[in-house]
Amino acid sequence: MKYVISDVMTITKRQLLQLARIPELLVFSTIQPVMFVLLFRFVFGGSISTDQPGGYVQLLMPGIFVQTVAFTLAATAVGLAEDMKKGLIDRFRSLPISRGAVVIGRTFGDALLNILVLTVMAAAGYAVGWRPTSGGFSIFLAFLFLFMFGYALSWIGIYVGLAVKEARTVQSVGFLVTFPLTFLSNAFAPTTGMPRALQYFAEWNPVSTMVAACRQLFGLKNEFGATASSWPSQHPLETSLLYMVLLMAVFIPLSIRKYKNTSS
Amino acid sequence: MKSVIADHLVKTYRNGEVKALDDLSLDVEEGTVLGVLGPNGAGKTTTVRILATLLKPDSGHATVAGIDVVKHPDKVRELIGLSGQYAAVDETLTGWDNLVMFGRLYHLGKSASVKRAEELLERFSLTDSARRPIKTYSGGMRRRLDLAASLIVQPKVLFLDEPTTGLDPRGRQEMWEVIQELVKGGVTLLLTTQYLEEADQLADEIAVIDHGKVIARGTSDALKKQVGGERLEITVENVDITKTQEIVARISTSATHTDIRTISAPVTTGSVALMEALRALDEAKIHPLDIALRRPSLDDVFLSLTGHVAEEEVAEPVKKKKRGGKK
Repeated sequence: MKYVISDVMTITKRQLLQLARIPELLVFSTIQPVMFVLLFRFVFGGSISTDQPGGYVQLLMPGIFVQTVAFTLAATAVGLAEDMKKGLIDRFRSLPISRGAVVIGRTFGDALLNILVLTVMAAAGYAVGWRPTSGGFSIFLAFLFLFMFGYALSWIGIYVGLAVKEARTVQSVGFLVTFPLTFLSNAFAPTTGMPRALQYFAEWNPVSTMVAACRQLFGLKNEFGATASSWPSQHPLETSLLYMVLLMAVFIPLSIRKYKNTSS
Repeated sequence: MKSVIADHLVKTYRNGEVKALDDLSLDVEEGTVLGVLGPNGAGKTTTVRILATLLKPDSGHATVAGIDVVKHPDKVRELIGLSGQYAAVDETLTGWDNLVMFGRLYHLGKSASVKRAEELLERFSLTDSARRPIKTYSGGMRRRLDLAASLIVQPKVLFLDEPTTGLDPRGRQEMWEVIQELVKGGVTLLLTTQYLEEADQLADEIAVIDHGKVIARGTSDALKKQVGGERLEITVENVDITKTQEIVARISTSATHTDIRTISAPVTTGSVALMEALRALDEAKIHPLDIALRRPSLDDVFLSLTGHVAEEEVAEPVKKKKRGGKK
């Protein structure tokens, strides 16, 4: 038990070493979010009108931040599935290391990568006109929320990776989960244009509450349609926090248990 | 003392549809090498996985160094080394990275991990490629690195699951030399293989398994005697078959086995039998298309033990088959 921390750190360090040994990995994991910033900013930015001071890019950036950290789910799942396929997980399981260390280490590694990706994206956003107007503490809190959201989803990724096992299938499952969630939300366009039933889904969607929470923390006023008076729309910070705690409370023990019982 | 004991192990997959282990029992004496010989799907990998604490048996018991693998897996893990059919290392990292990482996971200190990694790289002739990603290694190098990773802390018991499957002859030879070195060092080794020759080279004792059961057990010599040792194989034109069979019957005691134009018979006198056959064929003015002395193969072992050739079965999870170049 006393080696838990050292075990976790070794596994996390392994992932950072991978980035050092294959710098392309790092480049590609940051290029995609930057590309999204530029595409949405310049393709949709002109056609989606908003009365927010500073224009669409202010609304867009929180959306892209949340979408990007949401992809952590797939990244974690794919990474784990690949390790299983290559027999690396078997080797880890035959070592006298603490049971949770391998999966905890992986979530830490993916979380550290998220810090880097968020930093690069923030810089790209700034370059195309994104200017949060709130204070330093609120901005820090927004990034903390994003970081924690990615971390919570990482644990679902662990479960998916262990359950599905085949890396390519995992990738598809990851996208099947994250794409509808990010688009059936307020991330890129106001939910007011959606059919009413979808609006209700969108208002409770954790992606929406996260985006709303970030917008609030970056100093924007939120725009809601029919659901403006609902609880998650009124309390995006609290709802998001609740989701994160709930996800971690469920998936951390579930995933660690799954890992213990899984034989690849 | 027995270092490894597997006692009536049963393991089924897919809700009992596939019986991988069917009451399998074996043991390994401390400081000796047991070769577990069997075709694909016989239950070799399943046995190793249970002994290495990766899989729980449906029933039966197993101990490693006297410790129950189901009840105290953590204690067992401190004492064993495992190297599988495919190199289970991080391919994006270098050989050095991998060994240092495993050293840390065995809870060696930082400098001790580095020292041990360098020792092992040296010992397995990998020092020159230590700073290259594993991806760039040859198959043989990967296996050696994988083996090195299982030797970070001197394991009491080492499990090698088909250490040379998929390697070219040179890689296989190198791997054998490395394993022979280890055996000299006195490690207790359980080795699975599909090749009788490999078991012959490396093991003190051989357990032949089929359909999840041990069907024969003994030293390589005893086993070979049972199989009939070497075989004489003569291929002739169709018209000469009867005459050739008569000649072979004089040299070999057992029944001959004819496969279209090839006559194959177990012989005990090796090259003497070969010369005898050649002389007799020459006298009879028969010119063989091919004549050879063949060492017994896994097929021969199975043929003589079970009456059927080693057949492929899907007793282990299907996805396993896609890995490491099994045939």
